[in-house]
Amino acid sequence: MSTITREDQAVPASALSERRPLGDRGFQVLALAAGLLVLVILVLIAISTTQQASSWFSTEGVTGVFSTTWNPAAGKFGALAFIYGTLITAAIAIVMAVPVSVGIALLLTEVVPPRWARPIVYVIDLLAVVPSVVWGLWGILVFAPWIAGIYSSIGSAVTGVPVLGALFGPPTSGASFFTAGIILAFMITPIVTSLSREVIATVPAIEREGAYALGATRLEMIRGAVWPHSQGGIVGAVLLGLGRAMGETIAAALVIGSSATITSHLFAPGDSMPAVIANEFGEASGVFRAGLMGLGVLLFIMTIIINIIARGIVQRSARRQRGA
Amino acid sequence: MKGRRSRQVTTAGVALVATALFLAACSSSGSSSSSSPGSSSSHLSGTLNGSGSTFQLTFQQQAISGFKSVQPGMTVNYGGGGSGKGRTDLASGVTNYAGSDSPIPAAEQANFKGKTVLYFPDVIGPITVSYNLPSVKNLKLSAPVIANIFQGKITTWNNSAIAADNPGVSLPKTPIVVARRSDSSGTTQNFSEFLVKGAPGVWTLGTSSTINWPATSRGGNGNGGVASIVKSTVGAIGYVDYADANASGLTFATIKNQAGDYVAPSVSSATAAASKATVAPNLTFSAIWAPGASSYPITYQSWVLVYQAQPNTNDTKMLQAYTGYLIGAGQKLLPQLGYAPLPSNIQQMAQAQLSKIGSAAASSS
Repeated sequence: MSTITREDQAVPASALSERRPLGDRGFQVLALAAGLLVLVILVLIAISTTQQASSWFSTEGVTGVFSTTWNPAAGKFGALAFIYGTLITAAIAIVMAVPVSVGIALLLTEVVPPRWARPIVYVIDLLAVVPSVVWGLWGILVFAPWIAGIYSSIGSAVTGVPVLGALFGPPTSGASFFTAGIILAFMITPIVTSLSREVIATVPAIEREGAYALGATRLEMIRGAVWPHSQGGIVGAVLLGLGRAMGETIAAALVIGSSATITSHLFAPGDSMPAVIANEFGEASGVFRAGLMGLGVLLFIMTIIINIIARGIVQRSARRQRGA
Repeated sequence: MKGRRSRQVTTAGVALVATALFLAACSSSGSSSSSSPGSSSSHLSGTLNGSGSTFQLTFQQQAISGFKSVQPGMTVNYGGGGSGKGRTDLASGVTNYAGSDSPIPAAEQANFKGKTVLYFPDVIGPITVSYNLPSVKNLKLSAPVIANIFQGKITTWNNSAIAADNPGVSLPKTPIVVARRSDSSGTTQNFSEFLVKGAPGVWTLGTSSTINWPATSRGGNGNGGVASIVKSTVGAIGYVDYADANASGLTFATIKNQAGDYVAPSVSSATAAASKATVAPNLTFSAIWAPGASSYPITYQSWVLVYQAQPNTNDTKMLQAYTGYLIGAGQKLLPQLGYAPLPSNIQQMAQAQLSKIGSAAASSS
C-alpha cells in the first residue's frame, strides 16, 4: 500500500520513475537487513545468556531462583532481593521524576513563550548527555555524604512512628535505596520531559482555543483539553522512563550500598539486578556466574514486559484519539 | 532530486567501507599474536594479551613498560576485569595469559577442556586491616576479634575483646563502622579465607569473592573505595590491600599470626609468610595463615596462568620471555609498588617451570 502512494507521488517526474524501482528495491533490502540484524542480535543475546544461566536455573529451581538469600559463600543464589531492589528504586525514581517532568513539559508548552522554552529544553537535554558513571560518582562522592545528614535527621524524627518509622528508619550511610532512586530520578527526568513535551505539543490548537473560548482558565484548559489528549502518551513516556530506571547499571551500582537485603527501610543499603551484575561479575565463577547471567535474563524479561505494556498504552490512546 | 540521491548512495558507501574497515581491524587484532613466527629468540616481535586480577594490574602495567626495554619488538597488553574474567578469557582463547588470585576452581575446570594450565606465582601482598581512630596508634587484633567486628557482633571500640588484645591502651567508645567491598574481589576471598582459618567456629559467613555482610556495613568500590570510607569516617575499620592502604595514608593494625605473634603488614612479613607456605607440585599455594613467627597472616598471592600447549613457537617464546621477566627481573619493581617479591624457594620453582611452556608432549590433551 505504501509503495503505491509513493509511486503516485513520483508520477510527475516521469524521467526519474524508470530508474526508481532499482534504488527503491536496494533501499528496501538495506532497511530490511538492518531491521532483521537488530532482531537477530537480540534473539542471539537472549539465547546465549539463557544458555549461560542454565546451570543456575537447574541447580536452584524456581523456588531457589525466587528465594531471598543471595550468599555466594554458602552457594545460595536467590534473586528476590535484587528484584525487590530494582523495583523499589525504579518506583522511587518514577514517583519523584514524573510530576517534575510533566510539570516542566506543561511549563514549556503552555506557560513559557517559545523563545524562552528553547534554552530550557537545551539545558534539560544536557542532563541526558551526562554519562551514568558520572552520575554515580557524583552520587557517591558528593550527593550521598550530603544527604546522609538529612537521612539521619529524618530517621531520628520518625523513630517509633508506626509506618514512617518502618520506611524511613535510622540509616547507616548515604548509600541506600533512596539515594539510588533520587539519582535515577535525575537520570530519567530528561527522557520523560522531552517525550511528554512532544505529546503535549501535538494537542490541536483548535481544542485549546475552543476551551479558552468557553471561558476556561489556563488550568481548566490543561485539564479539559490537553490532559485527555496526551494522557496515554505521557503514560507511555513514564513507562519508558521506568524501563530506563530499571536497567540503569553503574550509577545504581555505585550509590545503592550493595547489600542483598529486603527491607522496608528506604534509607537502608540494598542492591538491584543490574548493579549486582556489574559489581560481582569480575570474580564470579560456576553457578555464581550463571546466577548473574540469569539475573540478566530476568531483567531482560522484565524490561520487555514493561516496554510491551508501554507500547500497548500508547497505541490504545492513539487509537482513541483517532476515533474521537 | 538527482543530487540528493547520489549523496545518499555516497553515505551508504561510506558506511559500508567503515564497517569493512572496522571488521578488518577486529580480525587483525585477533590474529596478531601469531605474527612473524620466524624471528629469532633474542628479538621477539608480536603481541601478547592478558586480562584478569586487578590485584596484579599495577604490577603488570609497570612490568609491561619495563619489559619494553628488554623486548622492544613485543607488545604486551593487560586488562583488569577480575580473576574470574581473566580465567574465562583464557579458556575462551581471547587472551594468551590470565592473571588470577586463585587456582582454577573445580566448577570452572570443564571450561579448559582438559588442557594443562601452568601456574606462575608472580605477586604476593599483604591485606591490611586499616582503621580510623585518631587516638589509637598501634592497634593489635587477633583473628576471632576481627571476625566478630566484621560480623557486626562487636560494635564499639571499647569492647572487652578488643581491650584484651590491647592491654594498657585506652580505647574510645566510638561505634565501629565496618567498611567492605561492594564489588566481588580476590581481596574479599583471601580476607575471608583468613577468617575461616584463623577464627574457626567464630567466623560464620564463609569464604567467597562476595560475602553476605551485615546490612550495617558500608560498601566501597575497589580497594580505593574501602580506603576512602575508612579515611573519611572516624571509627571505621576495613580490609584494604597494602598498596592502596599506603597510598591513602591509612593506619593499620598488627595482626596475631598462627604462631601467636603480632605482625605488622609489610613487604618482608608477606615474603616471610609465602616462604613458609606449602607449595603444591603445580605451584599453587596459600600464604594465608602461614606458620612462622614473622609471617603476616593475611598475605595473598596471585598467579599468571598460561596454557602448556602453545599454537606456535613464537607464542611460546614470547610467553617464556614475558613470564620470565615477571618472575625474574620484574620482581624488583614490587616493593616500591606496595607488593612483596616471591621468596627465593618459590621463585626458583617458577623459573624451573618456564621451559614447560610450549612443551605439548606432557600435555594431557
